[in-house]
Amino acid sequence: MANLVKAAITGIGISRVGRKTMLSPTSMFADAALAAIADAGLTRDDIDGISTYPGNQMNTGGYAPVGASDAIDILGLKVSWYSGAQEGPAQIMALITAAMAVETGRARHVLVFRSLNEASAQVSGRKGIGSGDERIDGWLSWLVPMGAVSAVNWAAMFASRRMHEHGLTREQLGTQAVWQRACAQHNPHAVMHGKPLTMDDYLSARMISEPLCLFDCDVPIDGAVAVIVSRLDEARDLPHPPIRIEATGSALDQGFTWDQQPDLTTMGATAAANDLWRKTDLKPSDVQVAGLYDGFSIFVPMWLEALGFCAHGEGGAFIGDKQSQIGGVVAVNTDGGQLSAGRLHGFGYLHETCLQLRAHAIGRQVDAARIGVLGIGGGPIAGAVLLARE
Amino acid sequence: MPVLPELTADNLSFWTGGRDGQLMIVHCDSCDRAIHPPQPLCPACLGRSVSSRSASGSGVILASTINWQAWSPDLPVPYVLAIVELDGEPAVRITSRVVGCDPASVAIGDRVMMDFEHHGDVWIPVFRIRG
Repeated sequence: MANLVKAAITGIGISRVGRKTMLSPTSMFADAALAAIADAGLTRDDIDGISTYPGNQMNTGGYAPVGASDAIDILGLKVSWYSGAQEGPAQIMALITAAMAVETGRARHVLVFRSLNEASAQVSGRKGIGSGDERIDGWLSWLVPMGAVSAVNWAAMFASRRMHEHGLTREQLGTQAVWQRACAQHNPHAVMHGKPLTMDDYLSARMISEPLCLFDCDVPIDGAVAVIVSRLDEARDLPHPPIRIEATGSALDQGFTWDQQPDLTTMGATAAANDLWRKTDLKPSDVQVAGLYDGFSIFVPMWLEALGFCAHGEGGAFIGDKQSQIGGVVAVNTDGGQLSAGRLHGFGYLHETCLQLRAHAIGRQVDAARIGVLGIGGGPIAGAVLLARE
Repeated sequence: MPVLPELTADNLSFWTGGRDGQLMIVHCDSCDRAIHPPQPLCPACLGRSVSSRSASGSGVILASTINWQAWSPDLPVPYVLAIVELDGEPAVRITSRVVGCDPASVAIGDRVMMDFEHHGDVWIPVFRIRG
């Protein structure tokens, strides 16, 4: 490992993020990508690699409007390495594989991106779950035919088990959701910017899948995020301090399942987080900011525990006591998270953590933020990344 | 009609056992490990010989949720989902609906019996609270 080139994030970009924008996803991708390239002080011709999640596939429901091959054509790139893939350590695998490509000399500057138009796809008539007469196979076939049709159902059962075993409360989850909404008021890209939320709003919201209510669920959006992953040894003369990819966690050790893991209060995050800390001398106490996957609020305490910010079972009390807020142990999801900034599928946290480590998170900046961690994914899907400002 | 599973040689016994009122679980012939979801080799000992046998048909709720979101006309709301550990098969959980009861009455620790809903060539396991 010591001989490898290190990889660093040198540029970041984000498109407009909104609901039902009906904007071209190609255009939104280009907005984010060109912003990231310019932010890195590079030009299009410097980009020799592409990495994205989930890659080129049927754009069902606005999940995958721009693949790696699309990106190459849209920007007229000539690349030495490219990848677009869905299976791996969560959506953030696109960043992890980009770092691997740079570290092994396959590319010098990789454009990493995620593009979605899920909100507009809902307007134009998404095929509903359970419609049609196609059959289902694979791991979903052990959930969907039984009526467990949505990830909110699977996540809600984690929450119910944690309420039973650990005394988790709705007020604890609500404390995190309300804090993140407050953060979103300082983030002009957040889909809930200008829409504050109180604890009363949270507690009176309609239930989706008990104990999870509307505000425990992230918000589908249209938008795109891009970052540039470069060789650290070529990043010294660029406009912003490089953000080193210090370590990544990609392990999966208890099967790809939402219901068969021995302990239903854990998920794939545990293996990914353990793997992350094995690869660095840094410790959880070195971290100031975190982007923790909140496709559903319940994942936040689960990631906090997995990453070692608190003991197993104490994640609920941790967020309830505001230890996940600015002024607490670690500031989590300062952009609003996916609950309030929108479901950029892990890439919103990536953009925000880079802003924090550059001290550019206006109105929500964490003091002396130098180390940030990303814990991305829910259920068996998990990947972790540790970022360090050079 | 709910979304139905694709029937394969690996999962046929599970999805059709309900015809005879049986919840069929695959086990390894070598080490007797329960293998769920079913597959034709044992992920523990890599034994290539497996066979299905009927589980007890009862179990206990480990986790549950009342679903309020209307996903499909086939699934009138509210309905209750649970993860159930099967009696005699501590390594196997089944996720499905708890039917025939007041959704608000369902709790972790409740004991349930298996039942089946028949759709075409598939018998979907569901749970009933054991009185």
